[in-house]
This record gives sequence, structure tokens and C-alpha cells, in this order.
Amino acid sequence: MTALLSISDLSVRYRRDGVEVAALKGISLDVEAGERLAIIGESGSGKSTLALAIAGLLAGSAKVEGRIDWTTPKSGSSHSFAPPSVLPEISPTRGEIGSSVAGSPLATLAIGESGRDSSISLQVGEMSGRTEGGATERDPAATGANLAPVLGRDIGFVFQDPSSSLDPVMPVGKQIAEVARTHLDLTWPQAFARAATLLDRVRLPDPGTTLRAYPHQLSGGQKQRVAIAAAIAAGPMLLIADEATSALDSIVQAEIVALIRRLVTEDGMTLIFISHDIALAATLADRIAVLRHGELVELGETDQILNAPRHAYTRSLLDAHLGLDAEPVLDRQGASA
Amino acid sequence: MNRLRRFLRTPEAIAGAIILALLIAMALAAPLLFPGDPQAIAGPALLPPFQDWSLPLGTDRLGRDVLAELFHGARTSLAVGLAAAAAALLIGAVVGTLAGFAGGLVDEVLMRVTDAFQTVPSFLLALAFVSIVGPSLDVVVAAIALGAWTGPARVARAEVLSIRERDYVAGARVIGMHPLEIAFREVLPNALPPVLALSSVIVAAAILTEAALSFLGLGDPNRVTWGGMIAEGRTVLSAAPFLSIVPGVALVLTVLGVYLTGEGVVESTAVRRSLS
Amino acid sequence: MTVLAVSNLAKRYRRGGKAFAAVDDVSFEIGPAETLALAGPSGSGKSTIARLVLRLIEPDAGRVAFEGADFLALSGAALRARRARLQMVFQDPLAAFNPRATVAGVLGDPLRIHGIAPRAERPRRIAALLERVGLDAGLAVRAIHEISGGQRQRVAIARAIATRPSLIVLDEAVSALDVSVRGQILELLLDLQRQERIAYLFISHDLGVIRAVAHRVIILDAGRIAESGDARAVIANPRSAIGKALVAATPRLTRNRP
Repeated sequence: MTALLSISDLSVRYRRDGVEVAALKGISLDVEAGERLAIIGESGSGKSTLALAIAGLLAGSAKVEGRIDWTTPKSGSSHSFAPPSVLPEISPTRGEIGSSVAGSPLATLAIGESGRDSSISLQVGEMSGRTEGGATERDPAATGANLAPVLGRDIGFVFQDPSSSLDPVMPVGKQIAEVARTHLDLTWPQAFARAATLLDRVRLPDPGTTLRAYPHQLSGGQKQRVAIAAAIAAGPMLLIADEATSALDSIVQAEIVALIRRLVTEDGMTLIFISHDIALAATLADRIAVLRHGELVELGETDQILNAPRHAYTRSLLDAHLGLDAEPVLDRQGASA
Repeated sequence: MNRLRRFLRTPEAIAGAIILALLIAMALAAPLLFPGDPQAIAGPALLPPFQDWSLPLGTDRLGRDVLAELFHGARTSLAVGLAAAAAALLIGAVVGTLAGFAGGLVDEVLMRVTDAFQTVPSFLLALAFVSIVGPSLDVVVAAIALGAWTGPARVARAEVLSIRERDYVAGARVIGMHPLEIAFREVLPNALPPVLALSSVIVAAAILTEAALSFLGLGDPNRVTWGGMIAEGRTVLSAAPFLSIVPGVALVLTVLGVYLTGEGVVESTAVRRSLS
Repeated sequence: MTVLAVSNLAKRYRRGGKAFAAVDDVSFEIGPAETLALAGPSGSGKSTIARLVLRLIEPDAGRVAFEGADFLALSGAALRARRARLQMVFQDPLAAFNPRATVAGVLGDPLRIHGIAPRAERPRRIAALLERVGLDAGLAVRAIHEISGGQRQRVAIARAIATRPSLIVLDEAVSALDVSVRGQILELLLDLQRQERIAYLFISHDLGVIRAVAHRVIILDAGRIAESGDARAVIANPRSAIGKALVAATPRLTRNRP
């Protein structure tokens, strides 16, 4: 399996309340095409920052260093892109760091290492990724398909809280259709038909009626199903779920995880699953990456991580997990009451 | 200190603060620079500005020093504007908090009273009040506050309705805090920011209302006010337009300064929710 | 003597013109220094029951007897005074406090309201409370938003024990905390229970946490009691459909490939 994306020495720093915070420090990892990778960490570990960096959703004021290389399965060739955010870091000594401009995540083309002629185009919004100009110049061998991974079309993102990730004043069907229409160039009727199909795929009852429902009329689990449908509407190659089940109760959580597992298998997508719950991640992932304070502490096959963790922190996370098979704290403390 | 620094970084705030500082300086300096009665005759009538440097802005119909009147007028305008706004915000915040927190019948009654005051155009209300009670500075302040308190009341109530459901209000109830203490110690201070955001608009409106009342001859006759100056200048508008223009410009700048400062305060105190 | 005895508690709401029961005929008892857990999916009524017991909302039917006396009959100052014996810890330690509060302010409030310590003695009491929950006494001067989530929840617990209650309601009290901090907070709670003889009404959707700290558990389904009994036994062998679903939905650390 080839690496779908290759993160090299990624560092992200934010400025918050006048203090500079290092959210990620020199992260390097590869994500294989078609694999299911879980990124585990506690609060402040940087797991969400990593997800946002991959998707190109970092805030405009974030300082980014390092590289994220994508390989589109179709063309097979490797293209280097600037870590898809933001402040211009034009420093030849740092090598491959390209210039990207705020407001044009992912669609900006970097100063490539192969010496090919590339243009730094100032583009705004998602649609810009479809501009032919830069792409065809860079790689005449590409089959006309755009090479920059575009959020929505190539990457689907599911957020933690569906109440805030869905537009409260737009019917859910339209929100899904909008994604399909924007990236697949469909007409509205075609897009709505696709939305209905997707609602059925995510097991929402009565797709015809649900198309016209507003988010507040749905339960938390139903809203998250809608969010997933919108994320996969354009057939992305990568699905990122950022604590997608953390706001749901355990029964709904299990259902959503099963749904994600099924969709990812059916569509052959690569999955990056962010969570603070190592046991939950273990039910879903092939490999687990453990983050702590912005650093990658351990990365390995799920079996190995669970049964033979190499790092003490991983071990402590496993020990702290209160499972149904663990010895109860109550008993450990001796009889009470 | 952090907030002050953020405040000073917004261009609106800087511009507004400069204008307001000048105005306050004018108001404070008035009795020092122009001791004595500004309404006393200082020179020949209708002297144009920049002719006599002891009377830099000239004199009005009765020979009073325009610059002195301008400075003293600043005192009145600022005093009335700030006092009326403070009164309106205080009354509005208290009424809104009581209504939002108590709910039920208290809420209904207070809101109908608010409706009643709000349906009458505030200027007409002020006009009527001053005409009946008589023109003096306190009455003018009360008259303006009468019309202006309803906005803050509604905003405060809306904030309180949302804050009422928060965990920390429930927490205060659980530890046995008295409802009035909860309303005024836990809820009201947190409901204030959007109410205070209205303050610049209210101050500006108050200053203009006072000017309008004075223009119509309903202001305090013993005080110099910019509105009164504009009214006086109306009769000689073609011969000496500066008599109305000068206080008019002062009014515009004041309102602008207040508004910009208000915008700057809102910008700098905007709450950022951190995503952790 | 039971600390809390709830009988036939009910709460109905109207939504879209239809009435539905958030809590329907719920009865249970909690003995001294005992932990009763309420489990169930979202919407099952766990949080509503917590709020009914604390009289943050009023029930439509049922009786609540606290320390032998009719709790629902109290009102005004009498109710407020009684509240000293019945406290709560919330899920979100940040939202549980006034955004402008300091640690000392937050701990001083119950001491002041119930006349537990005169002003001069309060700082000492506050320091003692902080130390009791494993925090440094110097934290008293800090603002609530400055300290970490785990520290905040300890302050919340300190506030809850300040009035020496006989029952504390914990509404998802560890759900928002990091896994590594959870264990410490649970141990603190158990330690306090043993030493101060405090009963807990422990609400959680996480069966693992419940199993770790509760003596008994009640599983709720759509406002009704589906199953109840010894916590370990019920979780090991659930009999109700909802109990089985909850247990099945709890992720295990052992590898199970579907």
C-alpha cells in the first residue's frame, strides 16, 4: 500500500491571549491509502489541530512549519503541497515550505522541490481548486483532474458537535445537496437525488421527509448521520472524524461507529479517527497514533498498542481506562458503606 | 491592562478616544479658560470669527463670546448625555434583570410597561415631560432617560433569560443563595456586556435630544447649550452662518467620538470562546 | 435511616402539542454513604431526575423524602437552609461557576450563606477545604478560568462538601475530564464518602465508570426504571433490553474485529 498522505515534521503554533502555544511539535507520520488510523490523545495533545491541519482548516493566524505530501491514487505521482494553512513562510533555508495565503487552504500550489515551474496562485474558496491554470502547467501527465486535495471533494470532515457544524436555518437535505453540487458539478435536482440516496445510506428513516427537515428537528445521533452524509457526499478519498461521537451517548456512539466502519469499507475511503477514548478507537482502527502535548508518542498496529505498548504514557492511558472488565476502584479501596 | 491595550489597538477606539478626550478637556477647562458668565456681553455683536484674537470665534447676536459659549456648552452636553445614559442604563438593567429572572407575572407586567414606554416616540415623550414639569437640567436628564431605558431593559432581559439556564445559576441555587442575590450578583454582571454596548448609542442620542430640546427653547435657560446656540443662530443664518455651524460641527464631532469609542470598547471586549 | 427516598416521581413536558413523560413513576432509595448510579441513554431522564431531586425543577407527581422529612413541602428560607445537606457537582466544571469568580469566592459563598464560618475564619476554612480535595491552598486567589479542568472539578467538589452534606448529586461529574484525571477524581470521591459518610447519586452514561464506583445502579429507559440492582451484578448480567444494549455498546479494550 502506498502512503496516501505523508506528514513530515509538522509543527503548528497558535497565539492565544498574547501567549504563543505550540499545538504540534514536529509530527511525522504516514497514512496508508485505505487504512483506518486512530489518533488518540487527551486535551491539549494536539489531535484536533492535526486533523484541522490535514484538512486545511487551521486558523489564519496559526504558524505552520513542515510538510504534508499527498499522493492521489489516480495519478500515482507525488505532489508536494504547502501545509494547508496560512502565514507566508518564504524561507528558502527551510526547504519545501511553500507560500500559502490566508483564505485559500489547500488550493495553493507550493514551490515544488522537483524544480518544476509552479505558480503561486492567489485563490479564494474551495472552487478555486478546480482552476486549470496552475495544475495543468505543473503536470501535463495528469489526466486533467485537479491535483490539490480539496476539502469537501477529496477530504470529508465530521466535527464533534453536529448542532454547530450544521447550518440551523437550512434544511439538511439542502446542506448535503450543496456539497454534491459544488464539487461534482451537479444540477440541483441531481444533487437532491444524491442527497436522498445518502440519507438512506446513513440509515435515516424516510429520506424524502428528512430532506426537508431542519437540524433542530433531529436528535443528536440523527444530526451526526446527516453530517456524515454531507462529508461523504462528493465521494472523498479521505474521511476525517474529529471526536465525531464524543457528544453522543454510548448506544448511539456504537451505532455511529458501526456506520462509519461500513461506509469506509463500502467506499474504500481512508479513515482518520480522532478520539480521547482508546477503547473506542480500538474497535475501529488498524493503527493507533498516540499524541501527548503536541508530540507523537507512539504509533503502531492496534494489537500491539493494546497488548504490548512501548511507551509509558500509552501504558498509563490503557491503565486509566475504566472498562467493564477492570477491577473497580470501589473494591480496591476495601469495603465501604 | 490587557483590555486597555486591546482597546487602544483598534483604529476606531483611538479616533474616538482622541475626540472624547478633547471634548472632556474642553468641558473641564471651560471655567478656567473662560471664567465668568459665558452669557455676558463680551464684545460687539455679530463679530465674524478670526478677526479679533481675544474673541477667536467671534460673537453672537447679543455680543457673547462664541468660543466661551462653545466650551461651556460642552459641559452641558456631556453632562446631560452621560447622566441621561447612565440613568437609562441603570433603570433598564434593573427592570430587565427583574423581568427576566422572576418570570411569570412580574415579567409580564414589567414588559407591558416597557411596551407602553416604547410605543411613544422618545423625543415626544421628552418634549411632553419637559413642557409639563418645566425646563431645567435635571428635568431634561429625566426626560431623556424616560425614553431611553426601554432598549437596555429588553437587551438585559434577553441576556438574563439565557443566563438563567446556565449551570452556574443552578449551582448558586443549589448552595442555597437567595434569589435576589443570584439575580444581582451572579446574573446581572454577566448580562451587562451587551447592555453596555448600547451605551454609546444612548449617549449620542441623549446629546442630540438635549440639543433638540434646547433648540425648541425647552432647555435650561440658565445654561449655554449647543442646541440653544444653533437656535439663536437660526435668525441670522444668512448674515452669520458660523453661529449655527460652529456648534453644529461640535455636536457632530461629539456624537462621532462617543460612537467610535463605543465601537472600540465592543471590539476590545469581544469574548473569544477558546476551543480546547 | 435512608438519606433519600423517592416515590412515584413524574415529570411531563409538552413538545409540539403532545405531552410526553420525561420521568415516569420512578422510585428509589439511597442509604447513608451509599452510591446509587443512574444509567441510561440520552433522553432517558437521568438528568431530569437529578434536577427534580434537587428541586431545580418541580415534579408533577411523587414524593421526595430527604433525611426523613418531606423535601417537597419546603419553600423559601427553610428550603434554602436545608440545601446545605444536599449538594451537586456538574458535568462541565467551567460552566458550573460564574465566569468572573475566584476560587476563594466560590468556596466562600456556601460558608457565608449558611453561616458556617465568620468572615475572619473563612480563609482558613477555604484553605482546609482545598487541601481536603488535594489542591494547594494557594489556589484560593486564582480565577476559575485560570486553573485546569481537573483542578476546577476538585474545587467543585470542595464547594459541595463545604456545608457537610449527607447527599451529593454528581451529574456526569467525570465525563468531561481527561481519562488520566478521571481515576484520581473518582478515588477522591470514594475517599470522601468513606470519611465524611456522604451518599452519592451518580449519573453517568459510562457503564465502566459506574461499575468502578457505584454500589447499586438503576437503568432508565424513556423515563422509567428498566432494571436495578447491585451495580456489578447488573452490568455483568443485564436482563432488560436497554441494559443489554448499553453493555454491548460499551467499547472493550480487548481487540474485537467485527
